[in-house]
Amino acid sequence: MIAMPKPDPQILARRQAIAAQLRTLLPASSVIAETERMRAYESDGLTAYRQVPLVVALPETTQQVADVLRWARREGIKIVPRGAGTSLSGGALPVADAIVLGLGKFKAVLDIDYANRTVTVQPGVTNLAISNAVDAAGFYYAPDPSSQIACTIGGNVAENSGGVHCLKYGLTTNNVLGLEFVTPEGEIVRIGGKHLDSPGYDLLGLLTGSEGLLGIVTEVTVRILQKPETARALLLGFASAEQGGDCVAAIIAAGIIPGGMEMMDRPAIHAAEAFVQAGYPLDVEALLIVELDGCAAEVDHLIGRVEAIAALHGVVVSRVSTTEAERLRFWAGRKAAFPAVGRISPDYYCMDGTIPRAALPRVLAAMRDMSAKYGLGVANVFHAGDGNLHPLILYDANVPGELDRAEAFGADILKLCVDVGGVLTGEHGVGVEKRDLMEYQFDAVDLEQQHRLKCAFDVDLRFNPGKVFPTLHRCAEEGRVHVHRGETRFPDLPRF
Amino acid sequence: MQTNFTTEQLADPDVAASEKILRACVHCGFCTATCPTYVLLGDELDSPRGRIYLIKQMLEEGKPATRDVTTHLDRCLSCLACMTTCPSGVHYQHLIDHARAHVEETYRRPWHDRTLRALLAFILPHPKRFRVALLGAALARPFRFVLPPGRLRAMLDMARDVPGPDATDRDGVFPALGRRRARVALLAGCAQRVLAPSINAATIRLLTRHGVEVVVTGGCCGALPHHLGKVDPSHELAASLIGQWVAELDGEGLDAIVVNASGCGTQVKDYGWMFRDDPALAKDAARVSLLARDITEFVTTLDLPAPSQGSGLTVAYHSACSMQHGQKITREPKALLQAAGFTVREPLDAHLCCGSAGTYNLLQPAIASQLKARKAATLAATGADLMATGNVGCMTQLADAVGMPVVHTVELLDWATGGPRPEALGSR
Ligand SMILES: Cc1cc2nc3c(=O)[nH]c(=O)nc-3n(C[C@H](O)[C@H](O)[C@H](O)COP(=O)(O)OP(=O)(O)OC[C@H]3O[C@@H](n4cnc5c(N)ncnc54)[C@H](O)[C@@H]3O)c2cc1C
Ligand code: SF4
Ligand code: SF4
Repeated sequence: MIAMPKPDPQILARRQAIAAQLRTLLPASSVIAETERMRAYESDGLTAYRQVPLVVALPETTQQVADVLRWARREGIKIVPRGAGTSLSGGALPVADAIVLGLGKFKAVLDIDYANRTVTVQPGVTNLAISNAVDAAGFYYAPDPSSQIACTIGGNVAENSGGVHCLKYGLTTNNVLGLEFVTPEGEIVRIGGKHLDSPGYDLLGLLTGSEGLLGIVTEVTVRILQKPETARALLLGFASAEQGGDCVAAIIAAGIIPGGMEMMDRPAIHAAEAFVQAGYPLDVEALLIVELDGCAAEVDHLIGRVEAIAALHGVVVSRVSTTEAERLRFWAGRKAAFPAVGRISPDYYCMDGTIPRAALPRVLAAMRDMSAKYGLGVANVFHAGDGNLHPLILYDANVPGELDRAEAFGADILKLCVDVGGVLTGEHGVGVEKRDLMEYQFDAVDLEQQHRLKCAFDVDLRFNPGKVFPTLHRCAEEGRVHVHRGETRFPDLPRF
Repeated sequence: MQTNFTTEQLADPDVAASEKILRACVHCGFCTATCPTYVLLGDELDSPRGRIYLIKQMLEEGKPATRDVTTHLDRCLSCLACMTTCPSGVHYQHLIDHARAHVEETYRRPWHDRTLRALLAFILPHPKRFRVALLGAALARPFRFVLPPGRLRAMLDMARDVPGPDATDRDGVFPALGRRRARVALLAGCAQRVLAPSINAATIRLLTRHGVEVVVTGGCCGALPHHLGKVDPSHELAASLIGQWVAELDGEGLDAIVVNASGCGTQVKDYGWMFRDDPALAKDAARVSLLARDITEFVTTLDLPAPSQGSGLTVAYHSACSMQHGQKITREPKALLQAAGFTVREPLDAHLCCGSAGTYNLLQPAIASQLKARKAATLAATGADLMATGNVGCMTQLADAVGMPVVHTVELLDWATGGPRPEALGSR
């Protein structure tokens, strides 16, 4: 288990007083301080980690957020931002001496501007609700995490979330145009707007993916796109994951950029099919879902080309969606694949690493060996188009030792991703889950620079402590990191 | 999800069943998005995932329910939208049922709450008592405006115009007209009989006209006390129905047990589970559940003839939660209405509850009225001529808010195939 910073006993002792002070800033129903009720907030989508927070605060307005943050600054109280609590890296995991600041009440769509193709919403609006709000007019918001039904746009910004359509349309960072956010001092700041670029540094890019470390996002303006005239999806079944992987590489090499290109292995296919009955073939080892969009003639042409490429790679099942409902069903199974795996295993540990596409066969083979070594099953779901892997390690939290083995297995997978030239994360963020692996990816200088950035926003390190960065030296102590010739990395750094 | 139960705790079959359900939850949070109370309140504690957590804690600790837990569980509509959304197959319905029973057993509610619940469980399942209560309330109605908005006022609101009992609304056998194709039991129901006797009348006309013999058997299905956590009264009501139906089954035989209120249908289809550990009733209960059909499911098997009248109107179809989430019936009602010549439209956010939810609108008027306003607005926005639904609770909840006539789906099907024009449509 990854250790969290030791809580400050003085803050813990003041819990009731802190809650009472919060009640002077917020409506009474917005402050939760009883352990029994706070327990529902003790974890996010990464259930292996749980911690009852100090207090839960659910403000309703930006002004209330600013008031709370100014007061928290004065009192030296830490803050953990929370959206819908679907993070898979423990980004919203509470800290014992920190307030969980939930944005669940920020649910308003503030502005829809078709002329400028933008939508402005509060951060608690779900990703899918943005698309739904503009659906009738023929528009949508492109980044579509599988959790889009539930995850909030504020959380998406914090995690720089991706989705099955990001191969062609970019991650959150490529689709956010403006933000309002409240700094750790309690200052309300606006960045960007409805336009594509702003003068000065790209602070928008900096805040997107900042994992709740730099402030609270209170308003988001996103770009919306017109729905493609035609979109059709292909199901391609293969007798081996390697063939599927090769097919993906060949499609990209042919210069085709599908709207989405996803792969699932046999256990994932079976679990997803049990939930949605999408008509997935059940006797294949790998299933590709490839979506092509554009005008009808272009789509027809591309489908033909993809089918031909698939044939060269030994495709055994090939089906094209014939109706919009069928296309959505193809995707519904993929989007529900993680939780659907809950049908075959009581718990799963969802990994998120990215590799160069060509390394896929090697990584898959290594993962099979690890699965045998750790004695734990694994179901695989990939954003195949961009090399983002999501192995789901299957374990049973009620069996002593299984979680530890799952974590060791997961760490091995991520190290392998780095070793083959990839990175630790694709879209789920670092959170607590991958925090201690950051040293495997970055050297001391890199980490030091990232820490400086954190200090520029949050001098007393009160925002989402214990997340993303493995060190906790104070902002004034910059430059004290030493590397001992890479033998062991950062041996003298204080650990929690 | 990890759970912490001792072997002694798991020896209790109800706890064991709930533990299994809890373990299936992977805490993904998908269900929060479609939960009406989370949508309104934005607090994890008022979401399915939060409630699952509260229930887990309560059952694991094996302690009496607290006021806090009860508050959040009481706010649950039992609309089961969370079950439709959950990819992991978490059976929230059985979990919340168990939790409600635990609350009822271990938590002492403030007296007004206790009295109201006892009163509802005493009156609603019994048409005679309900009719008398409504008449009393109707007399009190002129004074409702002096009451603060809340429970009492919500109750008086129900006492709009209480229709007299319908002539066809009696227990007994209604023979098929022409050649008999099937024989079914029709659940006569309780509150529906009082509030909208026209529904049973239309059902009987529709079925008999198409060659189905209908045996009307009385009684409340037990859903009302069931959702109040009152296990014994609800099991008694259910057992009595099972007895009546099994007698018919083993006597002249039944092809189906038809239910025309989806709230009751969800309950009857769950009898098999409710009595699973009851050696005397388990088998019969399972038989009954297996034969239970919503009226639209059954009528779909009849291949109704082309419509003879009524075509041309646009219907806003409101799918009751018990219909779309409880029984997962989404296609049939719309297909039947379309085949009967109506243009069918659905409101935005069709998955959200209207706030009726059995006695919920009486017990949680604040949330219920927000949901009602939301649903009424989206239904009105369809621009339809009238609204149809398959559950009497939704009809009473929405009748005065949608700004269009409200009817039961079966009344339209009856009309289109030769029955009288539904009264709610007036002479327009
Ligand atoms: C089944 C499942 C499938 C998923 N699929 C995908 C996927 O395909 N692609 C993908 O990218 N992710 C996916 N995720 C991960 C997760 O949904 C995303 O990371 C999502 O963006 C988190 O949003 P949230 O609202 O739940 O945020 P939370 O989990 O509540 O928080 C996430 C992080 O954001 C911070 N935060 C939240 N709101 C704010 C705010 N307003 N201001 C500042 N910081 C904030 C929190 O502190 C935390 O660090 C999946 C998760 C699940 C459970
Ligand atoms: S039954 Fe309805 S109200 Fe209750 S938790 Fe599920 S979705 Fe929410
Ligand atoms: S959707 Fe299902 S698995 Fe996910 S949190 Fe809700 S109940 Fe649990």
